[in-house]
Parts: sequence; structure tokens; C-alpha cells
Amino acid sequence: MHKETWNRRELLLGVGAAGIGALGSGLPISALAQTSITVGFIYVGTRDDYGYNQAHAESAAELKKLPGIKVIEEENVPETQSVQRSMQGMISQDGAALIFPTSFGYFNPHVVTVAQRNPKTRFAHCGGLWTQGKDPANAGSYFGYIDEGQYLNGVVAGHMSKSKKLGFIAAKPIPQVMRNINAFTLGARSVDPSITTTVIFTGDWSLPVKEAEATNSLADQGVDVFTMHVDSPKVIVETAARRRRFVCGYHADQSKLAPQAYLTGAEWNWITPVKAMVEAARSSKTHPNFIRGGLKEGFVKTSPYGAMVTPVARKNADDVKARMLKGEFNIFAGEIKDNTGKVVVAKGVSLNQTAIELESMNYLVEGVIGRG
Amino acid sequence: MDIDAISSVVLAILAGAIRVGTPFLFVSLGECLTEKAGRINLGLEGVLVISAMSSFGVSYLSGSAWAGVLAGAGSGALLALLHGLASSLRRVNDIAMGVAIMMLGIGLAFYLGKPLIQPQAPTLGSWSLGFWSDSPQLRSALEINALFPLGVALAFLMSWAFANTRWGLLVRMVGDSSDAARALGTSVTLVRTLATTAGGAIAGLGGASLSLYYPGSWNEGLSSGQGLIAVALVIFARWRPVACLGAALLFGGAGALGPALQSVGITGYYYLFNAVPYALTLLILVLTCSPHRVLRGAPAELGVGR
Amino acid sequence: MNSITEAWEALLLPLLAIVGALILFGLFVALAGYNALEVWMLLFMGAFGDAFSLQNTLLRAAPLMLTALCMALPARAGLTVIGGEGALLVGALACASVPYLWQPPSGWFGLAFLLAASAAAGAAWIALAGYLRQYRGVNETISSLLLSYVAVNVFKHLVEGPLRDPSSLNKPSTLALDDSWLMGSIGTYDVHWGLVWGIGACVAASIWLSRTTHGFATRVVGGNAKAAGLVGLPAHKLVIMACCLGGAAAGLAGGIEIAAVHRAANASVIAGLGYTGILVSFAARHHPLAIIPIAILLGGFAAAGSMLQRRLGLPDASVQVLLGFVFVLILTAEAARGRLGWQDMRAWWSPSAQPLAGRA
Repeated sequence: MHKETWNRRELLLGVGAAGIGALGSGLPISALAQTSITVGFIYVGTRDDYGYNQAHAESAAELKKLPGIKVIEEENVPETQSVQRSMQGMISQDGAALIFPTSFGYFNPHVVTVAQRNPKTRFAHCGGLWTQGKDPANAGSYFGYIDEGQYLNGVVAGHMSKSKKLGFIAAKPIPQVMRNINAFTLGARSVDPSITTTVIFTGDWSLPVKEAEATNSLADQGVDVFTMHVDSPKVIVETAARRRRFVCGYHADQSKLAPQAYLTGAEWNWITPVKAMVEAARSSKTHPNFIRGGLKEGFVKTSPYGAMVTPVARKNADDVKARMLKGEFNIFAGEIKDNTGKVVVAKGVSLNQTAIELESMNYLVEGVIGRG
Repeated sequence: MDIDAISSVVLAILAGAIRVGTPFLFVSLGECLTEKAGRINLGLEGVLVISAMSSFGVSYLSGSAWAGVLAGAGSGALLALLHGLASSLRRVNDIAMGVAIMMLGIGLAFYLGKPLIQPQAPTLGSWSLGFWSDSPQLRSALEINALFPLGVALAFLMSWAFANTRWGLLVRMVGDSSDAARALGTSVTLVRTLATTAGGAIAGLGGASLSLYYPGSWNEGLSSGQGLIAVALVIFARWRPVACLGAALLFGGAGALGPALQSVGITGYYYLFNAVPYALTLLILVLTCSPHRVLRGAPAELGVGR
Repeated sequence: MNSITEAWEALLLPLLAIVGALILFGLFVALAGYNALEVWMLLFMGAFGDAFSLQNTLLRAAPLMLTALCMALPARAGLTVIGGEGALLVGALACASVPYLWQPPSGWFGLAFLLAASAAAGAAWIALAGYLRQYRGVNETISSLLLSYVAVNVFKHLVEGPLRDPSSLNKPSTLALDDSWLMGSIGTYDVHWGLVWGIGACVAASIWLSRTTHGFATRVVGGNAKAAGLVGLPAHKLVIMACCLGGAAAGLAGGIEIAAVHRAANASVIAGLGYTGILVSFAARHHPLAIIPIAILLGGFAAAGSMLQRRLGLPDASVQVLLGFVFVLILTAEAARGRLGWQDMRAWWSPSAQPLAGRA
């Protein structure tokens, strides 16, 4: 056994030497300058939840395929002291140079605290919270405009719904969730202005029994297309499929779970910002503090259409998507009223994705039944 | 709120009562049996989770949901057996052991269940007793899952057995007065341990219903304390199996209240709605308990009825 | 049975149980294909291996010491209270919400005031369970459990509703505490002052129980309520006072979570520390001084769990399995107490030994 490993090591060294020789022969200098780097990922839930955490884990898995990157992961880390300890452990014990704490609630105070204590390590938090002047420079944020995906979900749902009643199951009434609900509804109403969306808030990010209950409740009311903003959409997708309704996915691709019920989905494509952060770290460029993007920048993507989606729906959605990819389409363009009748986006005003007003959205647009 | 909305909320509560109440029913029946024999098993939360995982796993691997149900009952029985044996030792407090078993059960379930989070497994069917109706709500409210009638039958069976069979009498005697039982030559430890194990098997059926029917999937957030609350449910029902049925439906319906109200447009205060069943149980306990006499129906050996 | 044997048993039994649990855990992970030796080594390293690990361990142990007292003190008075989680949350809520009503002065005096408020809130919560038991005959295990669930929901409702900080958009929280009220780290170490509070509370509780008349009276009530009544001890008052003290400890833990860790009350505070405290207390046989090492051991395992995940890819639940084994075995080992004396050991080996004198 000993001899074998020794021989293997020799072989590896030999191959490595040959490899470096080959490298030196014709590749650009920048490839040689790549140093090995340890990157840490921390998830708040399980890695394969078909949802939020899986989307991040998928980007970590893609990162692992790239040479010279060592990826360490920890899952089920709650938003308490534990995550501070996990991050510090990755730095002190595993030598991580870049850490991705992926849950929204990690940033304040945990990431900020650990970033202040470790100025040489880079932190890339998913959530778009980093503020110039307030937060340390070695911490940064990235996030995606997934409401674009939800808008496209809404367009498809608008075509596929026969009862003209859509359902949205959400965790908490926070701005990011409200934005998704509104985008979905606006998308559907662009197809048919009489469509309504009923929203149910379960109260927390992962409550499978409540999510199933909400789905059934809405199905009883006649809702025939569902979408959601919860950590793991698996239960909602399966329950909706069992009630023979349609469902649009979120976070990751759930089409395998219900191929006949899955229309399309709004997915994250985290590898884009993750790679940007890793490249900056490896080539010692400044740590990007705030990067965001939508479909155009490759931060989010849409799932392939399900078999049941009609050609009319596909064409409509593809057209809108093409305009989004060219940067010609704004979801929140006036006049938009909320569901109490108040005007929230004035006529003629067209808010693009980076508009600051969208960050504190606390209304639900006309056509949404429910309140935050 | 118009009559349509009211009736839909009522129907949603009824539907929820059966759907959400099924695990409550089985766990409370299992705890009822255990407590009638004089032991508290707080570990039923662990039993619920591990039986949910194992029934999902066996269903996935074997392709048969009912095989999964058997596995759920079996794993529940095993974990409860451990609780029964360990708590029978001298100087071991069964409340503490229950919490330890809960921790062990949940840990094992999460550990072994990691590969089961993604897959889908065959689920249990249901009977559409509302096929005659036009209203989708009524139809879904009368969608009875395959395990629910089993639970109802079990409740009545247990009720009858406690009063009319030798085993039922033995269990009650061991629970009310272990001295009297010993005087008759019964092994108190044996009966208690058997009752605990059987209780675990019954509670295991509840776990199977969670992962194989509703919500019908395995993940780590499946149970939200139903096993622990079953202990309160049993007291609420005064250790009567048929009353456990009613209590389970009540708690199930209360769980469905929040989403039902939201779906007709009444929003907000959902956390307070969540708190209602617990506050209600506490209130009922406060109103009905008295420091001067034992809680009616409490097995004396339990030490719970004061 | 002399006290040397008692002391030796008190140390040996839990130790044997822990070793047994570690062996069991090693077998368990070996079945899954991991190397048991590596796992044991990492457990040790992750708990006590370097300065980072040690601090990590102590940090995780700190709140457990306080929540364990919430179980231990009423237990010495004869009650089984498992509502520490509720008391912790009520204490956290109090700490975060007092500034809404009245701004305490800045600096450590304000912090002390906030912590006192947390302790008072926790004390009231558990005292309610005690009151219901003494005056209404409601079983305290059930009532404290129910109160816990009510506390969780009231906490969530208040934090996300009436008490919400409007600028805490995507993570609903209460208004953050003023910087001067925050509890900092001990010197240059990574451990916050909550550790000192935890150890201090355990030591104080131990002194109270063993050296004061009040504590002694409480133990009498806990040992035999009827006898205590016969002797004229005010059982009701003593029991409720024990509940107050236990609840105060858990409430204090909640306040410390806010002041030292989270800075504002939000859903992340709900972390199950109360339930782990129950087991720590039982494992320590409700002795406040024994709570300290047991909490540290638990903190150590939890700290090591992080390393097991990162280095070996073991699932996070493996630590829970280990803890489950530890507690089941520690509790089971109790059965051997009183049977490990020299006479008993001799009896195991020699067939003509004296029959054992009846022991409880």
C-alpha cells in the first residue's frame, strides 16, 4: 500500500511537471498567474432542497470543477453565533481566502463582525445589503433581479390559467418577496388584465406543512397556477401537481418533480457573480463590493418550458425575454396602482431594476388579493 | 365577509382538520397508550421524525407506499422500545430520557435521511368521498387519506379495549397502581415497555402519513413539534382515545385556520393564530385542573395529574 | 455508602457514558464508510485542539449554562420545567423592547438595566408555570411547554409587526440596541462576557442551594413536599421563587443573545438553546456546578461538528446523533449509581458474596 501511494505520487509529479511544461509553451501569462485558493460556502439549510440553498450549492459545484480552487462547505448553519464561528473556522483552520455566506440573515451582524476582525479575507454575501461607508471594504454583496424571471413566469401563467386565478405562496412580506409577487402579477395581467393573484404568507422560510396547507387552500379557491417564494418549493410543486394544477418554479429547476405540471421557472445563476468574485480574489484585484444583475448579466435564468406550455405562451414569454436581454424592458413602469387603489408608480415613470424605490417595496399591486 | 367566504373557510378548516390532524391523531393515540401504562414519552417527536424518514425511504426504495407505512411503524416501535427499556431502569427519569430519545431520533433521521431529500417516493392514495359534489372545496374537504380511517378505527378499538379486554385492564392497572399489578404477579416493567413500544408503532403511523401523504415529502422541517404537543393533546383529551380523535381534529383545524383565512383575504396576525391551539390547551388545563384532586382520568403512576 | 464512593461515582459514571457514546458514534460513522479514528481526532481538535476551537467551545457553552439553570433550579424544588426556550425568548424580547418605552442611560449601566429587564421577564414567565402548578394543579411540564410555544409565536408576531424597525426591510428585526449597550468580548479573545455571566450564575446558584437557608429549604421542598409542609416551610413561595430564579437565568441568556450576538431581536434568536439546556441539566443531575463542565462538553461537540462537516464532509446531523448517544447513555448510566461500590464489585466476582443491602 505504501509503495503504491509513493508510486502514485511520483506519477502525479511527473504528469504535473509535463503539464507545466506544456502550459509554458503556448498559453497566455494570466493562466500561469492563477494561484490556488480556498473558498468557503455556508448554507442556512440543506444543500439539496430543490430551492434556495441548492441554487448556491450548484454554483459551488461548478466552482469545484475549475482548477486550483478548493471548496469547503457547511450546511444547516443557523443565523446565530454559529455562522460567525463557522466563518472564523474556515479562515483560521482551513485558510479560506474568500467566503460566501449565502443566507440573507447572515450579514448583519455576523458577516460584518467577522469581516472587521479579518481584514485580509474577502466575504461575498448574497443579498445586496452592503452599504458604502458603513460596511467594511472586504465584505461585499451580490444579488440578482429574479423578479424578471417571475415576470416571465407570470406571462406564461397568464396564458395557461383557465380560471384566471393565480396563487402565490410566500414566506414573509419583505420587499424582495413583494417584488416577486408584483412582478408575477404584472406579467400575468399583461396577458389578461382580469387575472388576480391570491397570496398566502406562511410566516417562515421553511414550513412544509403550512406550505402544503396553503397550496390546498388556494386550490380549493379555484387557483390553477401556482408560484412561490419559500426556501424549498418542493412541497408546493408536488402538492400543486397532485391537485392537477400548474406550477411555476423558483430558485432552482423543479421540473423533474412534476413534469406535467411544471410550466417554467425563475432560477438563480449564481455561478456568474461567484466566478467574478473568485477571479478578483485570485488576481488580487479589489473585491467587488456590490454586484447585481438580471437576465441580461447572466445572474438569473429561466427554466426550459414544460411540455404543457402552449406555443402562444412560449412566443409571448420569449418576446419579453428578448427585450429584457437587450435591456429594453422595465417591469415597474407607470402607471401602477396598488391593491388599495393608490398610485405607486406614476404615469410616465419607468423604474429600471436598480431604482432605489424598488428596494423598499411595501405594497402589492392591483390584482393581488392579500396584504403584507 | 360574505356567506361564500365563510363557508369556504369552514370547509378549509374541516379539510385541514383531517389532513393536518392525521399525524396528531396517531401520535396522541400512541402517547395515550404509553401514558395509560404510566410512562411519559416525550421522545415521540423523535419517533415521528424517524418514522417519517424511514417510511419515505422504504417507499422510495421498494416502490410501495404501504411497505413504507410498515417501516414507519417498525422504526417508531424500535425507538420507543429503546425509550421503554432505558426508562425502566432505576433512577432514570422518563421525561429526561424522552428528550434525549427525541434528540437521538431526530439526529438519526436527519443523518440517514440526507439522500432522501431530493427523491420522490410513491405516496399513499386517498378516497374521494366528495365525488358527488360540484364544489372543489367540498370535494377536497372529503378527500380522506388512507390512514385516517385506520386512525379512527384505532381510537375506537383502543377505547373498547381499555374497558373490555384483559390487556387493556392490565395496562390500566399498571398505570394506576403498580403495587396492585405486582400483587397480581404482573411484571410492571414488561407491560409498560410493551405499551411504550406499541405506542411508538402507532405514532410511527403518524410519521408515515406526514412523509407519504401530507405534505408527502421528506425534509428536515417536516415536524414542527407535533410529537411534543401530542403530550398536551392527551391531557386535553383526558386519556380517552376517542377524545384524542376530537382533539387531533381540533388542532389540525386550528393549523389550517391561518392559510384558510388568508386565502379569502383576511391577512395578518398569522403568528397569533398559530398560538391559539396552545393557548387554548393551557386555558382548558387551567380551568379544569385543581390542586386538591387528581385530574380526572389521569393514570396515577404518571405523576402528571398532581 | 461513603461520600468518597459517591464522588467517584459522580465522576466515573458520566465519563464512562461519554466514552461509550464516542465509541458508539465511531462505530456508527464507520458503518457509513468514514474512518472512526479520524472522526475522533477531529472531534477533539475541533473542541479543544487550538485556541480558536477552545474559544468556539466556550462561546457555545455560555448560553447553555444559563438555560440549564432554568431546568435545574426548579428541579431542585421538585418541579420539571422544560420551558427554558420560552423564557429565553421573553427575556430577549424584553431586552430589545425596553428602549421603545424608555431609553436607559448609555454605557454599562444601561446594559445592566436591560439585562435586569430580561431576567425579570424570564422569571415572570416561568413563575407563571410554577404558580399554575402550586395553586391550580396544572402540571408544570405541560404548562411550561405550552408557554414556550406561545412565547415563540408572540415573539415572532411582535418582532415582525408592532415592534419592527421600519428600516429592517428584508430581515424583520426590532430597533438595534445602541452601541454603548452592546456586550463586548473578553479582552482580545473571541468570547463575549456572557460566559462570565453563565459561570457566575452557576456558581451563585450552587452557593444559594448549598449554603443558604433559603436554598436548603428549597431542597427540602424538592425532596419531599409533604414533609416540608409538616415542618412548616412555605412550599408555594419557595417553589415559585425557584421558578423565578430559573426563569431569570434563561431570560438573562436571552438578553445576552441580544446584547452580545444579534444586537436586535429577530427570528434568528429562536435557536433551540432552551431544549439543549434541559439535557445539560439532567446530565449534571441538576447540580449547578456540574452544569459548567457539561455545557462546555456540549459546546465542544457542537464546535467540532462544524469541523467534521468541513474536513470530512460528514452531514451536520452527525453531531446531533453523537449528542443523542451521549445523553441517552449518561441518563442510562444513572441506573448503575449505588451499584459501583467496592462491596458491590466484590459481589460481582465472588459467588458467595453477601446479598446486597436494599438500595434505592
